Parts: sequence; C-alpha cells; structure tokens
Amino acid sequence: MLNFTKINVFSIYLIFFLIAVFSILNFQSKDNVLIDKKVNLGLDLQGGSYLLLEINSDSLIEEKIQSKVIPIKKLFKENNLDYSDFKIKKKSFTLKIGDIEKFELIFLSKKDNLVNPYIDNYRSFELDYKQLGNNEIEIFFSKFGLLTINNAALKQSIEIVRRRIDDVGTKEPTILQRGEKRILVELPGLKDPERIKKLLGKTAQLNFRLVTENLEFGVDNLTSETGEVLKISKRIVMSGENLIDAQPSIQNKQNEPTVSFTLDRLGAQKFGRATTDNVGKRLAIVLDGKIISAPNINEPITSGKGVISGNFTFQEATDLALLLRSGALPTPLVVVEERTVGPDLGEDSIKSGITSLIVGFTLVIFFMFYKYRVFGLIANTALIANLLMLVGVLTILEATLTLPGIAGIILTVGMAVDANVLIFERIKEELKTEKSIIHAFDTGYTKAKITVLDANITTLIAAIILFAFGSGPVKGFAITLGIGIITTLFTAYFLARHLTSMIVLRNKNKEIKI
Amino acid sequence: MIKNINFVSKFRRANLVSVIIFVLSIFFISFKGLNYGIDFKGGTLIELRVENNIDASSIRESLNSMDLGDINVKKFGKEGDYLIKVEQKEKNNSNLIPEIKNKLTDYLNTDVDFRRVENVGPKVSSELLESSIIAISLALSAMLFYIWVRFEWQFSVGSIIALLHDVVITLGIFSVLSLEINLSIIAAVLTIVGYSMNDTVVIYDRIRENLSKYTKISISDISNLSINETLARTIITSVTTLLALVSIYILGGEILRGFSFAMILGVIIGTYSSIFVATPILKFFKVSYKTLEKEEEKIVP
Repeated sequence: MLNFTKINVFSIYLIFFLIAVFSILNFQSKDNVLIDKKVNLGLDLQGGSYLLLEINSDSLIEEKIQSKVIPIKKLFKENNLDYSDFKIKKKSFTLKIGDIEKFELIFLSKKDNLVNPYIDNYRSFELDYKQLGNNEIEIFFSKFGLLTINNAALKQSIEIVRRRIDDVGTKEPTILQRGEKRILVELPGLKDPERIKKLLGKTAQLNFRLVTENLEFGVDNLTSETGEVLKISKRIVMSGENLIDAQPSIQNKQNEPTVSFTLDRLGAQKFGRATTDNVGKRLAIVLDGKIISAPNINEPITSGKGVISGNFTFQEATDLALLLRSGALPTPLVVVEERTVGPDLGEDSIKSGITSLIVGFTLVIFFMFYKYRVFGLIANTALIANLLMLVGVLTILEATLTLPGIAGIILTVGMAVDANVLIFERIKEELKTEKSIIHAFDTGYTKAKITVLDANITTLIAAIILFAFGSGPVKGFAITLGIGIITTLFTAYFLARHLTSMIVLRNKNKEIKI
Repeated sequence: MIKNINFVSKFRRANLVSVIIFVLSIFFISFKGLNYGIDFKGGTLIELRVENNIDASSIRESLNSMDLGDINVKKFGKEGDYLIKVEQKEKNNSNLIPEIKNKLTDYLNTDVDFRRVENVGPKVSSELLESSIIAISLALSAMLFYIWVRFEWQFSVGSIIALLHDVVITLGIFSVLSLEINLSIIAAVLTIVGYSMNDTVVIYDRIRENLSKYTKISISDISNLSINETLARTIITSVTTLLALVSIYILGGEILRGFSFAMILGVIIGTYSSIFVATPILKFFKVSYKTLEKEEEKIVP
C-alpha cells in the first residue's frame, strides 16, 4: 500500500489539481471570466423568494364537461340512441339509456371518436362512465382524461407565469413544473414578492360584454366601479385572447392612467361589428368576473385599438397591461408554499456560516496536530485538499450552496479526519506487533480500508436519501455532505497515503511514532 | 494506547438506563407531543427586525386585534430581532403578510424590516411531514439492508436497534425541551442515522475480524477487546465532529442552532449507542465465529 508508481503519483496530483483549481473560480472578479462556473448561492444566502403555486382545475373541469354536453347529445341522435333524464352535474352528467350495449359500442369506439377520444399514451379514453341504476349511467372524465386536462393547464400556466415574471424583469428566475399540479418559482434577489404574488394570483380573463335588458343569453348581475348594479349579458362580444398588445397610457384630458390595447384581425372584426351594431349602448369590460368599467359606445370602433379606463393608479394600469399582454391563466393559481429571505439576512447567514467554518476548521486542525504531530499535519493537509476539492466539485456541478450546505461542509471537516484517524489508529496497533515499520504501515492501510469504506458508505446512503426527499436548503446539505464523503475517501486514501509513504520511506531506518 | 476498560460489565446497567430513557422518550413523544414548526403544521413565520426598545409583548399586542388565531412571538438572536409564528387559518388570505406589516408599522410607529417570511399551506405541510417520515424509514431500511449484506443478520438487527434508540431519544429530548421540529431537524436526524451507523460499523468490523482471529474467546471478551481497540478512534472522531458542530452551534447563527443542537445530541447518543446498545445485542444473539462460518457456507453451497 505504500508503493506508488510514478504514474500513480502523477495521476493522483493531477486529479487533485484539476478539481481543486475550480474552487479558485469562485474568487475571480466578474470581468475576467475564462470559464464561467461558480457555486450558486441558495435563496437563503443571497436573498430572494421561493414560491410554490398550485393550479386549481375545478372550474376548468366543470367548463370542459359542459362543453361535452352538446356533442354527446348530437352523437346519440346521429346513432338513433334513445336517452332521457339528461342531468348536468358539477363534474359529470347522468342520463337514462335504453340500449346500454349500443351506447358502449358508440361511446367506446376507438375510431374517429371525437366526443370521447382515445388517448394513446395512457391507453385510456378521455371520458369514463359507470352504471348507477338499471338504466341510469353517469359520464365523467377518466383518471387519464383529468390528467391530460391538468397537464395541459399546467403547461399553459407555466408559460404564462414565465411571461408575467419576465415582464416584471427580475433577474434569473427559475420556473419549473413540480408534480402534476404545481409550479415552482424561484426569484433570487427579490425582496418583496407581494407584487409578483398579486400578478400571479390573477387569472386575468378579460371579456367585453354588453350591458343589456335582453335576457336571451342570460345575464349576470355585476356591480360596476361606480357601485351601480348592471345586467351584463352572458354573451361574450370579445375576449382577451384576441389581444396582441396592451400598454399603460395617459389620457390627456384628466391625466388619467389607462390601458391601451391592440386587437388582432379577428378581434378587430368582432369588436368593430359589435360596436357598430350597438352604438349608444354600454359595453362592460369584465376582468375575472368584476367590472372594470362600463363605458358608452359613442361611435363604432373599427381600428382594432381601444382604451380601458377605470380609475387606475399608474401602477395598477401598468400591472393590468402586463396581465393582458401575458394572456389569461387557464385556472386560478394558489400560493401553497412561500419562503422569502431578505438580502441582509442572507449576508448575515453567509458571514456566520463562514465564521463557524473557519473556527471549526481551525479547532479540528489544532486538535489533529496535537494528537498526531507529523501525521496530524498529513491529515490536515488532506483536510485542506479535501475542502478545495469539495468546493471544486461544487463549482464544476454549479451546485447551489445553502446555509445548511455550509453546515454540511463544516460537518465534513469534522468527519473527514475520521478516515485518517481510523488508519492511523490501525497503524499504531500494527506497530506494536510488527517489527518492520514499512510492513506495519502497509497492513495498517490494508486492514483499515474495509472499515473506512463501510463507515463512509453508510453516511453516503443517508446523504442520497436526504437528496432524494429533501427540499430546497436541505438538498443543499445533502449535496455537500455526499460530495464531501467522496472527496474525503479520495484525499485519505490517495493523497494522505502518498504523503505518509514519503515520510515512512524516508525514515525507514529510524523509529517512527504516531 | 490500548486501554483496557471492562465495558461488558457495564452493559447491564447501561442497558437499563437506555431502556428507561427510551421508554420515557416514547412517553413524552406520544403524550406531550413534538413541537412541529410551520413546515409540518402549516402557517406563517416572519422573522423581523425592529428598533431595540421594542419588546415582544408590544408586538403581540399590536397583532391581537387582527384575529389571527394562535400567535407566537419570541426573541430571535440579537436585540430587536423577533420571530412571529401565526397558526394556519382556514381561509387563505393572500394579503396576510402586507397586512401584518402595515399593522406593525402603524402600531409600533417605527420601521419594521421583514427579514424572512415563510408560509406553508396545510396540504404542503402534511406532504412534507409524510415525505420526512418516508425518508427516515427509507434511510433506516437502507442501512439495515447494507449491514445485512456486509455482515450477518444479527449485526443488522443490532445496528438498527441502536439507530432507533438514537433517533427516538433525540426526538424525546426535543419533546421534553419543546424544541421545534422542522425540515432541518429532519436533516439532522438523517445525518445522525448516518453518523451513528458509521460509528457502529467501525466496532462491528473489528468484532467480526476478532471473531475469526480468536475462535476460542467468548463474545463478551471479543466485544470488550474490540471496543477497547477502537476506543481511541471513537473518541477522537467524536471530538473532531463535536468541535465542528459546537462551532456551528455558537457561531452559525439562529437558523442553524436547532440543527446543530440536534446533531450534537445525536453524535453523543450515537457514540454511546455503538458501544452500549449495538454491541450488547451481538452478545444477546450469542454471535460467535460459527455465525460467520455459517454465512459463508450459505454463500458457497
């Protein structure tokens, strides 16, 4: 174990150097970037906001099931299938059917089934049914049908969340899907997430609907901005989908902040027709079920451009324009978890983390020197090398360093010497019985090897499980702990062993004490 | 410097103490319960900084009118730093945080700096609790499996009992002292599992080696010999680890205090359990060199 070929020695130091050199990258100034790699600071260290959003697809599913009503009725009619007692419930509908076998045949046909499409990747139909009574059945979305709806809604929501956040202009946001219904948003450097939370909390479904006495399409009684209750037709003249741009603007007359919008061609046509036909009537602008304003249509608007006013402050006008530009969310988003750390607390955490690292490190180094003298120095050299390599690997991986991550490094410092302690203690024992010093060192290393491996693998298992199940900061801890174990094994078994062999071989005729 | 301390003679007394503390811990955990933080209970946590002359009671007073349910205000580290915890209310108020901030600024008539805000919904908190329990169980089973593969089943049972001993007693102490259990405490518990295992493995390794070296000696004497042979290492490693941990505990700031305290407890209990819990179990199972031989026969039929 003490013999190293030149190639061995060369590769050990080469590996050490190649990895450790990356740790230096963290200290270079921004301008002189050769290789742009750095350890990222976690939100708890640099300050920022972590938000976990969840889509609430209940209303979407209700909407989707209702949109199935007409096609299904049509399908039954085309196939001469008699049914009765058709009832629409929240997320399903029930009906009575005479010929269930025929219904199954039509309902579960894989060929060109537009009403109940077969989803190939899930091997399942979009809709499912169960028999309630003798002839009564209930039709609802299958498990995979729901999954498909949720998935589409989630993908679309992520896109819109990204647009809204980019529009606000925060630096380097992270926006990721988490599971089936959640979106993770990380906003480094953001001190006050309230504005973003507000922007993400609005679905921003914009509708233009006429104020009417005509009850043909049904009406909603909504309260306008001035407090009067208006009857608003359920028929949507035009919706936010047709918007291509929206910008905050100032109306010259009263210096009032407003939002100017531009419509696409289809929208301009629809809007033009509606305003031409209804001159003199009032058009309500409804956002998420609330009236923003309900101005009079004075003249037809055919240019595809318009202005929304509604007693906004300039900030409100800016935010509304942003929401309209980014499009509507398919479902409301709820913040289910939030963690925000102010930048000054982050700085304090870095300071106290580094201080405790230096103090812990120094204490361990003195203790090891006191215990093992020359060999203590070897263990300490290995420890320093270990730290450099640990930071080097973190840099190569561009890992995220969190406060618990720093604790993981400090813990590694405390536990890393264990490998060398195990080896040295073993050698001590061997020196008692073994005449040849070289032989004693050799067997010491060989015999300690299994123990060192066993002992470290158990900690590694703990670290891997922490990484798999931990969230955020805890993951950071698992990363440094896990990588720390691997660099510890390398430095103890290659670097420290080589240093030990140099000392032993040089002094092989003298007495060596550990 | 191999010492010769008769550990085995102290096994009985130590085991009695362990059993009593273990039972007491379970008693406290089940009846007094654990003080779950917002990570597991849901709710809102705010770390704030105000001018020095403001005390916790005036912060509590200013929030009383807001009907927030159970409010907990306590000092957090430096003068003027406080931690507010608000229990999870049924209705989800997305404006809660700015409202609290305005209220405090008005009532205290001073600048209030929110340094950290955490808000965990009831669904997420129960998921976090669930995944933490899964993580700890998984870690224990992974260790059990690893030791079973590397050693024999008696060793694996011994090490798991020692691990349970450490985890339960650490949580018991947290229950007695009403210390908060949050995600970082779970991380600490998992690290304790790793550390305690590490310590146990070193002694087990030596016992296995000595069993095949001295076939005539009884397991008691083998245990004693092995513990003594590895004692220096056990102590030195515990000392260096504790040095690092104590430095985090004292200098690492408030956020890491609970974590490092749990780890310090765990290292002490884990070191103790490797000697006084894990080893006696081998004696209980009457492990001998034959146990090792049997295993080998099984592998090579």
